[in-house]
Amino acid sequence: MKHSHFDVVVIGGGHAGCEAATASARMGARTALITLKKAGIGVMSCNPAIGGLGKGHLVREIDAMDGVMGRVADKAGIQFRLLNRRKGPAVQGPRTQADRAVYRSTMLSEIERTPNLSVIEGEVVDILDEKGVINGIVLHDGVEIRSSAVVLTTGTFLRGVIHIGEQSHAGGRMGDAPSTKLAERIDDYALPLGRLKTGTPPRLDGRTINWEILETQPGDVDPVFFSFLSNSVSSAQISCGITHTNEKTHEIIQRNLAKSAMYGGFIDGVGPRYCPSIEDKVVRFAEKTSHQVFLEPEGLNDHTVYPNGISTSLPLDVQELYIRSIRGLEQAEIVQPGYAIEYDYVDPQALNLSLAVRSLQGLYLAGQINGTTGYEEAAAQGLVAGLNAAATALDKPRVEFGRSESYMGVMIDDLTTRGVTEPYRMFTSRAEFRLSLRADNADQRLTPKGLEIGCVGGRRQTYFTEKAERLASGQKAMSDKYFSPQDVAKAGKRLSQDGSRRTAYQLLGLPNIDFDDLVKLDSSLGCIDIETRAQLGRDALYATYIERQNQDVAVTKRDEAHLIPAALIFSELDGLSNELKVKLERQRPANIAQASRVEGMTPAALMLIMARIRRDAKLPATA
Amino acid sequence: MDTIFAQATAPGKAGVAIVRLSGPKAWVAIETMCSGLPEPRVVGLRELHGRDGLLDTALVVVFEDGASFTGENVAELHLHGSSAVVSAVLSELSSLEGLRHAEPGEFTRRALENGCLDLAQVEGLADLIDAETEAQRRQAIRVLSGELGEKAEGWRQGLIRAAALIEASIDFADEDVPVDVTPEVDDILRRVLNELESEIDGVGFAERVRTGFEVAIVGAPNAGKSTLLNALAGREAAITSEIAGTTRDVIEVRMDLGGLPVTILDTAGLRDTDDPVESIGVEKAQARAKSADLRIFLVDVDGSPAFEPIARDIVVASKADLIGESSEGVSGRTGQGLPKLIEMIQSRISELAGQSGIATRERHRFAMSSASGSLRDALVNLESGEVYELVAEDIRSAIRSLDSLIGRVDVEMLLDDIFSSFCIGK
Repeated sequence: MKHSHFDVVVIGGGHAGCEAATASARMGARTALITLKKAGIGVMSCNPAIGGLGKGHLVREIDAMDGVMGRVADKAGIQFRLLNRRKGPAVQGPRTQADRAVYRSTMLSEIERTPNLSVIEGEVVDILDEKGVINGIVLHDGVEIRSSAVVLTTGTFLRGVIHIGEQSHAGGRMGDAPSTKLAERIDDYALPLGRLKTGTPPRLDGRTINWEILETQPGDVDPVFFSFLSNSVSSAQISCGITHTNEKTHEIIQRNLAKSAMYGGFIDGVGPRYCPSIEDKVVRFAEKTSHQVFLEPEGLNDHTVYPNGISTSLPLDVQELYIRSIRGLEQAEIVQPGYAIEYDYVDPQALNLSLAVRSLQGLYLAGQINGTTGYEEAAAQGLVAGLNAAATALDKPRVEFGRSESYMGVMIDDLTTRGVTEPYRMFTSRAEFRLSLRADNADQRLTPKGLEIGCVGGRRQTYFTEKAERLASGQKAMSDKYFSPQDVAKAGKRLSQDGSRRTAYQLLGLPNIDFDDLVKLDSSLGCIDIETRAQLGRDALYATYIERQNQDVAVTKRDEAHLIPAALIFSELDGLSNELKVKLERQRPANIAQASRVEGMTPAALMLIMARIRRDAKLPATA
Repeated sequence: MDTIFAQATAPGKAGVAIVRLSGPKAWVAIETMCSGLPEPRVVGLRELHGRDGLLDTALVVVFEDGASFTGENVAELHLHGSSAVVSAVLSELSSLEGLRHAEPGEFTRRALENGCLDLAQVEGLADLIDAETEAQRRQAIRVLSGELGEKAEGWRQGLIRAAALIEASIDFADEDVPVDVTPEVDDILRRVLNELESEIDGVGFAERVRTGFEVAIVGAPNAGKSTLLNALAGREAAITSEIAGTTRDVIEVRMDLGGLPVTILDTAGLRDTDDPVESIGVEKAQARAKSADLRIFLVDVDGSPAFEPIARDIVVASKADLIGESSEGVSGRTGQGLPKLIEMIQSRISELAGQSGIATRERHRFAMSSASGSLRDALVNLESGEVYELVAEDIRSAIRSLDSLIGRVDVEMLLDDIFSSFCIGK
């Protein structure tokens, strides 16, 4: 039997796997990425878009840690839009339509030119461990690969079942086999499993769509990129089409509901509420006579079109019928039928904040296997799991992210403390410190941390350091100068004559003052460059709110610092209700902040836990 | 989880003494002492036997978990009210495995932790047990019955809805959700704000119903203030003498006036004085009198009050017995005019009590005031248009302030509302 040795093995070449493998390699760990076939690396199996609200924030954070998703998406972008452009910067999210083929090839070349990273084609059939410590994997052909840590990113491939109408077959993605043997190994670990489902729409041949009569949605005139290092588009830009379902469409679906896998009772898994199938929409929002459908081209040299908004598990003939009832799609040909897929996920409450399985040493899980949905959510987890797998292998400290620091921290904390009841997707509303966790300042928040742990390369370091210096000196220049309301009036702007003097920075936070006004007040500010001006403006806008929030941040950080020892047995705490004991034992909060978010937690119960931790800390260590 | 027990009635000799048990072994424990439990929530007469034979013949009631005060299995023993019987039964119970004596307030704490009572209800319960007057009892019952909880639930629904509308337009900007949610959010926020503010106004008076209204007797030295206090209290509470300036400290007497708790303050006589000790007393008296809920100014027939009374204050001539039986004044010595004065005090206090809300504590007031501040900010930001993220932040902070009244509002609740109202998923 052949052997080889790596520090970290990453199983799966999807969005979580790519990010995990490159992150681990950037940390200096010798890393192997094992995938069924190289062609499967960086495949977008759902809609051909990256980013959006909350999701765009995640991509920026990945990029701030020098991850790959942002750079690759910028390369593959064929339409850039900044969502919520008219709202404040805290809730603006970059999004792009990506050319599926360009995305895949760019990702592959990123991976191939990453030092310390090898790609191995093959199917992993077993994970090796000794007394609960993971030490490698076995491939289909019997080859063993030894490693100190394994990152599992198998997406929907665990006992995946694809449904089209009344027919179903085992499969991890359309055209790919599921990973059944690996699922059996995971059964041995006795991890808590659940079942989820998700769906896709039928893909259409763009040449059979009557674009002439359809409304179109163009991209932004000045595109906003994901990567802090990108500055221009690489591909030609396209528009998406918009059409609508109508009463006839709904009537066809109503009439055939019994044939739908979901409504026919063929599926047990729970689907996401924010991404309902067209069957769901028609049933649950029966009063609506029309739903919007976005027609998203999958690439410049690809005729496939992804009709966003009409995912389904109806039989193919019904899919054809309802598609052709829609305006502009009267002649449309389906190139791949829509389907629903059911798959196993591991209850993420079994993981710690570094995404390691608590009951084993050296096994990390990332992506859809943890009950999430979305490329960005997967990639962000991949980054965290990859950094930590490398840290374990190289004997470095864990890399954890807090809720007050990043969306990644919010997501991982949500997952590990609360588990999931439907596929978990990021929303900006999940981040209680949304005003400070912005897409525009992801680098300010995270790149220093990346530099500290050693996962940020030289090019980004230079770029970031220069930018940070410009920001710091700009901020200083603006905070040194004070202006009275009378001064401001001379520049033609009215303020309440409260006599209080404000710094240029404080003035910039007011809604009716822009940077040009400040330059009128003090021409020396004119030497601050345009990009720095814009960033200072975004920072200043929320300054008063963020100051107020800092108290809450401090409380959260304080509570996060109260660690709950792994040895604490919640069920032995007198005075906790049985319900809480069960929840606490299952979720094993790592600290008081997490414990306070356990559903049903009361101040009294929290005090009880705190008291016990303090008491135990005071007790002299006994043999 | 231990099973706890304690005597629920006051200690000492009485007709009946009740011992209560709560926890998983509450029923089993009683079953070992008697022959068969009665049906849940039906009273049964049983002989209770201990290790040394018959303890007492008692009425036994059991409540099943989910239908009991604590939310656990509960049993009650209505014993003969002798200290010996009670201690024999308690000692028998403590000898049983898994049973222990309850800590103070532990039954209520379990009720709270099992969600049978909310925090406000627990406070209401404590007030009910402490209630000395009829108005206090009525108020405590309102809190205990969850009236505050219900009102807070209304605010919670409103705030969740408002936050969900805002969040939907932020997080699902690309979807089929209403673009301008301002009018509905504005409506909701104004409604909650109004209710909050009228509740805040009522807290002070409600707190007085709980802790007692203060009525200060004010007047020149030797005006007969202490004599009036004694007459009102029906006992010699303050020292009275003919020498002016006897009362240097503020003397308080608590009483029940027509069902309302009232504390009458007898203050030092108000006059200019060279005596440093007396002048401190006078200053103190004036400050205290001003902070009281109501003042009775005792004046000479032709005299005027020592400082300006406010509208609800009572100004009355003192020592009416020296003027004649037909006079309008009051005399503490003979009781002349006293019933009329008491009636006046009562009616003015009742008026104040009538303005009380159902939030009764400073804690409630603090939570509601900071919430209303945040909602005001939210309305300002809402008006200015495109800063929904700040409106969301203000609503979030209002909800956080109200956490102690309404419990935690989670992002999942907002998402539930969003997904049930709008068809998300383009």
